[in-house]
Amino acid sequence: MAQAKYIKAYYLDDNQLLKGLKNLKKKGFQILDVLTPFPVHGLDKVLGYRRSWIARVGFIGGAIGAASGFLFQTWVFTKDYPLNFGGKPFFAVPSFIPVTFECTVLFAAFAMVFAFLIRSKLGPGAKPFIHDERTTDDRFLVLVGMGKDESEKNVTEIKKSLKESGAEGIALKDDVQISKNF
Amino acid sequence: MYVSPLREPLITGNKDYKKITADITRPVLTKPGKTWFFGITLSSIALIIGVFAIAMTIWKGIGLWGLNRTIGWGWGITNFVWWVGIGHAGTFISAILLLFRQKWRTGINRSAEAMTIFAVMCAGLFPLIHMGRLPLGYFILPYPNTRQLWVNFNSPLLWDVFAITTYLLVSILFWYMGLLPDIGTIRDKAKSKARKIIYGLLSFGWKGSARHWSRHESMSLILAGLAAPLVLSVHSIVSFDFATSVIPGWHTTIFPPYFVSGAIFSGFAMVLTLMLIARKAMNLEDYITVNHVESMNKIIIATGSIVGIAYITELFISWYSGSIYEKFTFFNRALGPYWWAYWIMMTCNVISPQLLWFRKLRRSVVFTFILSIFINIGMWFERFVIVVTSLHRDYLPSSWAMYKPTITEVAIFIGTLGIFFTCFLLFIRFFPVIAIAEVKSVLKSSGDNKKNKH
Repeated sequence: MAQAKYIKAYYLDDNQLLKGLKNLKKKGFQILDVLTPFPVHGLDKVLGYRRSWIARVGFIGGAIGAASGFLFQTWVFTKDYPLNFGGKPFFAVPSFIPVTFECTVLFAAFAMVFAFLIRSKLGPGAKPFIHDERTTDDRFLVLVGMGKDESEKNVTEIKKSLKESGAEGIALKDDVQISKNF
Repeated sequence: MYVSPLREPLITGNKDYKKITADITRPVLTKPGKTWFFGITLSSIALIIGVFAIAMTIWKGIGLWGLNRTIGWGWGITNFVWWVGIGHAGTFISAILLLFRQKWRTGINRSAEAMTIFAVMCAGLFPLIHMGRLPLGYFILPYPNTRQLWVNFNSPLLWDVFAITTYLLVSILFWYMGLLPDIGTIRDKAKSKARKIIYGLLSFGWKGSARHWSRHESMSLILAGLAAPLVLSVHSIVSFDFATSVIPGWHTTIFPPYFVSGAIFSGFAMVLTLMLIARKAMNLEDYITVNHVESMNKIIIATGSIVGIAYITELFISWYSGSIYEKFTFFNRALGPYWWAYWIMMTCNVISPQLLWFRKLRRSVVFTFILSIFINIGMWFERFVIVVTSLHRDYLPSSWAMYKPTITEVAIFIGTLGIFFTCFLLFIRFFPVIAIAEVKSVLKSSGDNKKNKH
């Protein structure tokens, strides 16, 4: 979907940003994206984001790692090539544990990192649309969508609401890039 | 958020977000000074010496080392364990201290993680060279081969392969994911086109979107949760290399916790050595304050005391066990031909950190720097004592022998120091040494200008 028009504004303080966003949300405006230089606590809640699924991806990755690590060792030493090490049992569970543990951590970590990168569409070669070069420095940028109502009245109302909460650099923009790279 | 007025600020010098960005990106975006070029020249020379010595070892064989039939593990394994140990501080700082919500970690975690990666790389080199045939190093991996054999999953040496590889890879992931936002900052700050393109590629297109931050935060937390037991597992497994053998002096059940605390002890010492130079050379005193130094010193005294207790427990148990071999090994360690190594270890690791009980010394940068070097030396000797004194006189007096390193072994060790410092110097030149985003996120609760207002 191409969101044609949106309003861009920035805050210079994270508390102001939170207050401003709460205000906009209350009035029912659609917040397309918020770009911040560091993770602002409480932002997820204000924007109504659900908790990330990344923990579950990590758990599944870890479970696959644990199972494959353990089963592979078992298969090697009981089925494929049982070797007698000083008369010790072929199916030696305690000595399989270190490798199983390392596989668990390795798989979980890679699963999570890949899930994060893919889901966020980040990676080498990703070309983000830079709205403002100072969002990685000291600006907390807010992009507010118009929704279906692109009337002049709606625009002024959003602008007013932003201004009241201390936002600066308020501007109406219409580059299509916004919807492409979230 | 309420912060006790007793807590010292972690960021001094009246900073705001803009100043933090400017201060930390400056070394990356400007030309380095003479000190940097001097350092990189010196470390590259060491690196070249090391590469030459390694090439000689592979070309001519392991006979160039001072090893003999009695002492099969000399400097090679000593250095391996020393470097792995140093590689424990970074992930400890960023994972375990993250879980404990220690805010002072933000000033030092990034460089400590980088240090971890370089130290583990140096460590991994030693077993590979020690095998004598570097091109056949892949034999240690379990892959279907024409010999129709698998590796021995019952052996701690193989567990090491898995532990060290996993540790290296997970540390790199953790470090790089943490770096993404800061690389994004550099991309946006850079003026030149080449920098914009390169840092643009490296930043993976990071722009600080709220959704990305939300995922990034939960990923970092869980990665930390995974990395915390991983740190503890790695040196435990390294200690199994010794503990599962039947050599007196190695066959000890306290080895895992003893090695892990020793590793964190030596890792923190190395972090201090590097950071005390870096903060001075790069003008980062506002971010790595005396308060940070004191916090790290407190961890040094805690882990150092655990190490001390472990040494004394070993001594006591060797006597109390009644095993004549154990008793002899420890007697021989302290008073035998390698007594000097044992007493260097005891002085540097047990006595010297106890001086940190004095607040004045704990907060003295010069004292801490000297102490950190002493600990680095002491921890190297600990591994030397464990490896060499246990081997050189065991059950059969007829095979007792002495061990002396050759110039090749010394050169390889110097070479790994070269690799380590070259990598670290390149890192501080091309990446931000301090986690910019994380420091910004604690500014309001820990900055000296913001604190008073609450």
